[in-house]
Order: sequence, then C-alpha cells, then structure tokens
Amino acid sequence: MIPITTASRVDGRLKVTGGARYAAEFAPAQDNVLHAVLVQSTIAAGRVASIDTARAKQVPGVVAIMTHENAPRIDLGKAGDMTPGFPLLQDDRVMFNGQHLAVAIATSFEAAQQAAQLVELHYNRDEATLLMSDNPTGTSVPQRFRNGMRPPASTRGTPQASFDAAAVKIDQIYRTPIEHHNPMEPHATLAEWQGDRLLVHNASQSVFGNRKALAGFFGLPEDNVRIVSPFVGGGFGSKGVSWPHITLAAMAAKLVGQPVKLVLTRRQMFTSNGYRPKTVQHVRLGADRDGRLTAVLHDGISQNSAYGEFSEPVGLASEMLYSCPNVAVTHRLSKVNQGLPTFMRAPGEASGVYALESAMDELAWALGMDPIELRLKNYADRDEHEDKPFSSKTLRACYEQGAAAFDWKRRVAQPRSMRDGRLLIGLGMATATYPVNRSEAAAKVRLQADGTAIVRCGSQDIGTGTYTVMAQLVGEHLGLPLDRVRAELGDTALPQAPVSGGSQSVASISPAIREACLAVRAQTLQLAAGDPASPLHGLDPEELDVADGRILQSAEKSRGETYQALLARQGRAAIEADGSAKPGEEKQKFSMHSFGAQFVEVAVDPDLGEVRVRRHVGAFAAGRIMNAKTGRSQMIGGIVFGMGMALTEATEVDPRSGRVTNATMADYLVPVHLDVPEIEVIMVAEQDDAVNPLGAKGIGELPTVGTAAAIANAVYHATGQRIRDLPIRPDKLIDGLSI
Amino acid sequence: MQPFALEQGRDIADTIRRGRMPGTDYIAGGTDLVQLLKDDVRRPRRLVDLEGLDLDQITVTPQGLRLGAMTRMSEVADHPAVIRDYPVISQALLASAAPQIRNLGTIGGNLLQRTRCTYFRDTASPCNKRSPGTGCAAIEGVHRTHAIFGGSRQCIATHASDLAVALVALDAVVHLSGPNGARDVRLTELHLMPNDHPDIETVLHPGELILAVSVPAGAWTRRSSYLKVRDRASFEFALTSAAVALDIQDGKIRAARVAAGGVGTKPWRLPAVEQALVGAPATTATWQRGGRLATAGAMPLRDNRFKVRLLRATVTRALEQVGGEA
Repeated sequence: MIPITTASRVDGRLKVTGGARYAAEFAPAQDNVLHAVLVQSTIAAGRVASIDTARAKQVPGVVAIMTHENAPRIDLGKAGDMTPGFPLLQDDRVMFNGQHLAVAIATSFEAAQQAAQLVELHYNRDEATLLMSDNPTGTSVPQRFRNGMRPPASTRGTPQASFDAAAVKIDQIYRTPIEHHNPMEPHATLAEWQGDRLLVHNASQSVFGNRKALAGFFGLPEDNVRIVSPFVGGGFGSKGVSWPHITLAAMAAKLVGQPVKLVLTRRQMFTSNGYRPKTVQHVRLGADRDGRLTAVLHDGISQNSAYGEFSEPVGLASEMLYSCPNVAVTHRLSKVNQGLPTFMRAPGEASGVYALESAMDELAWALGMDPIELRLKNYADRDEHEDKPFSSKTLRACYEQGAAAFDWKRRVAQPRSMRDGRLLIGLGMATATYPVNRSEAAAKVRLQADGTAIVRCGSQDIGTGTYTVMAQLVGEHLGLPLDRVRAELGDTALPQAPVSGGSQSVASISPAIREACLAVRAQTLQLAAGDPASPLHGLDPEELDVADGRILQSAEKSRGETYQALLARQGRAAIEADGSAKPGEEKQKFSMHSFGAQFVEVAVDPDLGEVRVRRHVGAFAAGRIMNAKTGRSQMIGGIVFGMGMALTEATEVDPRSGRVTNATMADYLVPVHLDVPEIEVIMVAEQDDAVNPLGAKGIGELPTVGTAAAIANAVYHATGQRIRDLPIRPDKLIDGLSI
Repeated sequence: MQPFALEQGRDIADTIRRGRMPGTDYIAGGTDLVQLLKDDVRRPRRLVDLEGLDLDQITVTPQGLRLGAMTRMSEVADHPAVIRDYPVISQALLASAAPQIRNLGTIGGNLLQRTRCTYFRDTASPCNKRSPGTGCAAIEGVHRTHAIFGGSRQCIATHASDLAVALVALDAVVHLSGPNGARDVRLTELHLMPNDHPDIETVLHPGELILAVSVPAGAWTRRSSYLKVRDRASFEFALTSAAVALDIQDGKIRAARVAAGGVGTKPWRLPAVEQALVGAPATTATWQRGGRLATAGAMPLRDNRFKVRLLRATVTRALEQVGGEA
C-alpha cells in the first residue's frame, strides 16, 4: 500500500480524463442558459457619453445589452471590505482602460461575442494619470493597510542615523513590473436565479467570500445564495476576491430572467481580476565591517488604482527577516488609472524579498563576504519586530541542506569567473520566508454503513491537493484506505471554510476535519464497546483502535470487526460528526513563519544576453508536510512562478492610452518547459507544535519567495551586472556584455 | 468574431475564382487566421479553405528544393533531405512556435502570417496596418520588440516568420497562381515595405495563391544555420535572428547568404554583409566584421535600441557557428 502521505491526488484521474467539471462546464437543469460577453472601455479616464447598441441588438440571438443605463441597481455598501465595488455598471464613470462598460447577452456565445464587438461606446474623456510616481512625491499613505490590521510604516531603533553612520552601505532602488496571474482556467460564472435565491457556479478561491459579496450586493440573506466551485484551474490569487464580472453575471441573469453564463476572454483577464502591482522599492542597508547589519530601511511604493485600495506589503519581511536593532519600513501608494491590483502568489514577499535579498547580495559583495555567511551572521533567533519567539524556525538547516545539495562551495566568489565553454556561469542564493496564516473553519465527517466515509468542507482545491489532504486526514483517523473516502468541497452548502489564499487552507481546515474525525471515531469505538454482539464488547474504548476499515483491540489486532458489521447490527445508516477549529492564542505568543533557501545556477550567453536557469535547489522548512507528492509539486510550481517573475513576465501598458498591450498568452511570457530546468526540492524536517494542531505551516507561496532574487544574484555572479529592474531580459544585459 | 461562410474549391482554378471575391480570405492551417478572427482583427465575409488542393509535396532535385504551400511546418522540419542539405530551413522551422502549431501551420501560411505587433492585434488601438489612417501606436508606445529596419512614419511592425528569413537568405522563389494566371516572384520581392501603406503587405493580387516555394540548390545550402535570440527559451518570436549559409573553400568564403529576423518590417536580407564576406578568410575577424556591417542603416527607437547591438552579436555568432572558429 502506498503510504498515505505520498498518495497521488485523489482527483487526478478525473482531471486527466476530463471528468472534473469546471465552472464554465456546468449547465442549468433546464436548457435555457444565455451567454454573456463583456464590453470593456478603450479609454483610461472619463465618462460614457453614450452607448449605441442598435447594431449589436440586430445580431440574431441577442436578448439584451446591459449597460449602466438599464443594469439592475445593487447595494454597494454590504459586500464586504475585500470586495471591489467597481466597475459594476452603476454609473457612467470610466476609471481605467479595459473597464467593464456593457454586457452583451445572447442565446449563443458566438452571438454574444459578435454583439459585444458591435456595441459602440462614445466618451467624454478626462485626463488620465498613467505613470506611477517613482518617488514619494505624489504618493499617499495607505488607509487600510493589511485590511487595517497593521500600520503601513514601522520603525525600531534609529535607522536613519545608524545608516548614515554605517561603515558599509547599500542604497539602491529596485523595481518590479505589473504581473498577471494567468491561471489556465479562465474566470467563469454561471448565475441562476430561483425566485429570490441565487445559485452560482464560479471559478473561485473563496466560495464563502463570493456568497457574502453577492448577498450584500443583492440585499439577500446569505442563506439565499449558494456558490459552487468543485474544481478550479489555478487562481494564484486572482480568484480570491469577488471580482465585478461575478456580480455582473448575476445582474445579467436578473435582467433577462434566465440563467446567464459569463466567461472572461484571456484579454479580459488582464483588466478584470487584479494583478501584482508595479513597485518601486528603495532599500538601504548599513553594516559594520564584520557584516553585522546596523540599519535596514525599506521604502516601498506600489501602484494603486484610482478607485479602490490595494497596497503591496513589500516591507513586511524586511521587518523580521534579519537581526538588526535599527529598522524602518514604509509603504506608500501611487494612484494611476489602472484596475485594482490584488494578491498574487506571495503578495508582499515575492516583490519585497526580491529587493531585500538583492540588496543583501550587494552587501555581501561590498563586504567581500560569502552570501550565506552574511545571512548567518545576521540570523534572527526571534522576531525582533513583533518581539516574540518564532513558533519554529529551521532556516539554518535550509541554508545547510540547500548548499550541500547544490554544492555551493564550488562557487568561485569573483563575478565572471566561472564558465562553461563560452557561457558565463553564475551561482546565486536568497532566503525565502512567508507568514503562517490560519482562519476559522468547519467540517463534517460521515462514516457510512457501507464502510466508506465522506468528508465535507467548503474549502476550495485550486490545483494544490486539498481534496487529497482532506481524504488523507479521514483515512488516517478512521483507518480507511483513500479509495473509501470521498471528499467534498467548493460549495457553500458545506461547512464554512476560508479563502484558499495566504497558504492557509491546510492549516485552517485540517484541525476542523481532524476534530470531526476524532468525534466520529470516539462514537464508533463507544458503540462497539457497548454492543453485546461485538467482539469488542466490554472493552474500554481507550483500548480500541481503527485500521484497514476495522475497529480492533490495540493489544490484539485480530480481535475486531468491520465498520459495516457494526453499523449493520446497530441499524445505523451512518455515524456523523461536526468539527470546527479556529486560531487560538498562538498568534499572540509566537511569530509564525515558514522559511527556506533558494539556490540557482544560471548560464548567460556573453554576447547575446540570454539567461537560462540551469539548476535550482530549494530547501524549505514549513512544518509538517501533509503529502510529500502534492507538496513537492506545489513547491516546484512556486519556484517556476518565481522564474517567470525573474526572467520573462511583465505586463506592458501603453504610456498614452493606459491599455495593456500584451494581454495574450503569446505576448505575456510565462516560462515554458524549456525555461524550466531540473528543480530539486528539499523538505527540511521541522516540528512545530504551536502553529496549529497539525503542525502544518503552508507551502503555496513560500517557494516563489526569493526565487527572483536568487536568479538576479546568480546573473550578477555570472556577468558582474546587477539588474535591479525585473524581468531580466537580454535588452537589460546586452550593453554590459562583451562586444 | 463576425460570421463568415466557409467554402472549399473543387480545384485550384475554382479556389481562385472564389478567393478573388471581395471580403474573402484563404485559410490554410489557420494557426494565425483563427486568432485574428477571434480578436476581430480580420472580418472576412468568406473563408476559402485550401485543404485538399494537393499542394503538400516536398520535392528534392539536384536543382533544388520545392515545398508545396500546404506542406506542414513539421513535415519540412523533419524531412531528411532538408535536414541534410538545407539545415537552415529545418532549424528556422524548429525555432518557430511549438510542435502543435508546427503540425498545423503550413509553409505558405507561415510566409503570409501577420505581424505580432500587439497594437495590430488589439482593435481598440490605433494601427495603420489594420485600420489605415488611424496612426501608429507603437512608434511612441511599447516598441521594444519592433523593427529597426524598414520602418516608416506609418508602421514599425516586424515580419514575424523565422522560415521567411531562412528562405530569403537562400534566394527562394514563390510560385503563384491567380485570376490572371501563374507567375513566379522572388521571396525578397513578395513582402512590401510599409511606407505609406502598411496595410498592403505583399505583391499578391486579390485571389492570388501561393502554390509552392522553390529554393535553388547552391554550394552554400548545406553549410547553413539559423540562430534565434528570444525572451524565453521556446515558443516565442525573435528579438533578433540570423540565417547564414556559406560556401567556404580552402579557408576562403566563396559565397555567402545572410538574412536577419526580428528586426525588419519584412524578412531582411543583408547584402552588405554578404559582399564583405565573399573573398574574405573564414576567421573570427571576418565574422565580427560581418556582424558590425549587419546594422548599417538601422533606425532604432527609444526602447529597441538594444537590437542594434544584439543583431551584431547574433550575426557574428551565426557566422561563426556556420564558418567555424579560426
């Protein structure tokens, strides 16, 4: 039998055989679905003067064109702080290029698409702000930084004075571009009204978040709204909040009195569902001659929309990653006429640690010190920002094991000193860190008369393996093989679970599932011990155990019976229990983070400036890994995500129109197979009894953090050129190379 | 996408009769055209499918290579005689797109693919090539990947084909058939410079069809290669590329064919480089000189200036790969 912690994903077969149904593949019970296609603005600022729908309405099959003039009115006040309240066709404002302005609704997708292309928009243009500020002038302080949970700036000690007095200084600006999540599955919504009840199939990272938003917009009790999302083809943060197209689908369905399906095009996915905002980060490091940090200053500006607020928390890692008495971090926003940014895999850390860890590499060179040695010299044994101990931190082992696997010691310190034939070889490293998050969650477990079990939890599986981990937990606690456990998720009819974001799903839902399992198990053992016809009758439930679908005596495993036998005799259809769990005191007592170390070898063509990653070793300590196989996949995926950030990905915006110019998969370059070399993932053993009852810290985002810095540092080692502006493409290297 | 009728001709004559009607596009592999239809960039009323016209032969004779217009990119790339005698063609094809697209894309369609300029492909942007008279958004916009050769005030879009660069270098001839009969056109003459009419991209008359492409044999074709530089390792268009074919005897270059991609508004032959190479010794200094001459007359803009340096390096490297280090 395959050990349960390396089990293959339980939904794998469904996915590769096409049996997994995604949001756009559902259809209403009656065959009466209409198709909706969005019409988006072609200017960045102004008002809609008029909308001519005459030609669009002539397309055969068109049922309606929904615009701000005929759209149902909705309540913008109750959808929740995290829900964008714009653009929802409630007024004539245009705040960015690519903004929803109309919805074409027709009996076929083709007719809706044709009609959408024939809607004529006329504008009164306003002047748009299209370039973000490069410096604090013209920027503002976030009003709701981290949803108001922490201040946007912090200081400890005397950072400025200590920096001024430092023996060795690094003072640089680092830039990251707009990036888009680009999950494979497009965002899709099927909305169906049944009287004042709303059923929505949605590609979602947060079915309960969607429910709250839609109930708020339409003034309904939350129980009247059901969101279903059994499979999600990737989200990376883009399917976390309730983006306007979801609400527009429900509004359209209301307007026409029929179910409506709305699927975003790839191009529309560049202006409809958030993005990682552009950042400009000023990092200053001061150190003494021995390499001890005396000052860390990290001032971040991130691009924001003109209508909502999202702040990229680039400096949070700088507050706690290294031991330093004098630290200052600021976050500011620069408003431009672009859509609202959002969380994207490792928000804050992905961009911020690129800057910090590039600066640390620069400091290592300035000191003539090995980059790992510099990090060890400044190793933080406690969180000096929160002034708390870490619940666990095994970063030293990550450096050690990563360096050993990578053979870091072969590195010749001098830049441009390692070659393979003509190619310049560079080795670089960086630290990874990501906070441990957890939210309240509930679950239901049902052991059935046929000896199978069902676990229900309204979480989401966004490709990460949530189904598998849910089934595994039941298998472990009830002694069942995985093929006798069915997991159900992605439905607000199930017990409530949080957004699949912030790497928190397993940490949040596992304790609830465990609790439900333990209750089912206790009831079952009790039942067996109390049943005169059971071979286990009269034993103390404490003496009993479960394994291989049986209840048995721990001391004499042959004595026992199957679940089926017990439930049949008892005349029970099932034994069922609820479980719920929420964070306790741990956050007050401990600082909780995962850590890791990234090691990269690049080859740079000295004439052509092409950078290719040749090898990547990532060593991560993230508490208990629930499933080594799905976990490894997730870590590799996270690293590839970071490779794209480092070398190929950037959303380009036209400087005059504010329009995204590369809104296709042909022009927005995610890494392809040939860009991705051998990736070695090391799961560094770590036990953490404080974070949550399972000791699992979350791994979805950690492996993305530090990847871009490690690559940039390797490029420096290869070429002697420090690229402080991602992505690192040939045009940025060519001038400094050989010819 | 706007509705269109899809038709098929009985034979070539019937196909051309249908193809000459206003509002008609031919469709071959469809790997480019279908995207353009979906993005509303092309709005033909009628498509005439070229499948089944028996235009998919690869013929190798002592006189040269003949590729039927409907031959798939992958078939040509994998053809043993092409790999052996015309490696630059095979390499240019294998550097193009991805296997799935090469299995569908045709030789004729590849030569007539439309530019990758992102403004051309976004109907909400001005573009003289797509909508004459609306202006060129790229000249002052995002133009990192645009042309440094052949641009005009109206258009700086590159021709995106790798294959065309290799074929232009090898003096390929395009065999056409149209309403007014058959004619042959040198591939260097097939594509037009944008000048004041970037919307008119080729010398093809309405309804005129590419039947085949011929490459004359030459002492240089065996010693040939294609080098492509791009932002990611695969499935991406060229920042710069070079097709090189050399005939070297006793350390001296007897004949040279050199063309560049990713830099021109059409497949860009580099005659000045060729002239400098002929008669020169096959040495590193010669390759470097060739590389330097490759950018004579380049007119880069703000964000594609790097292509000047990159093209020199690309041509130098390609020459060296073909001619050897000495």
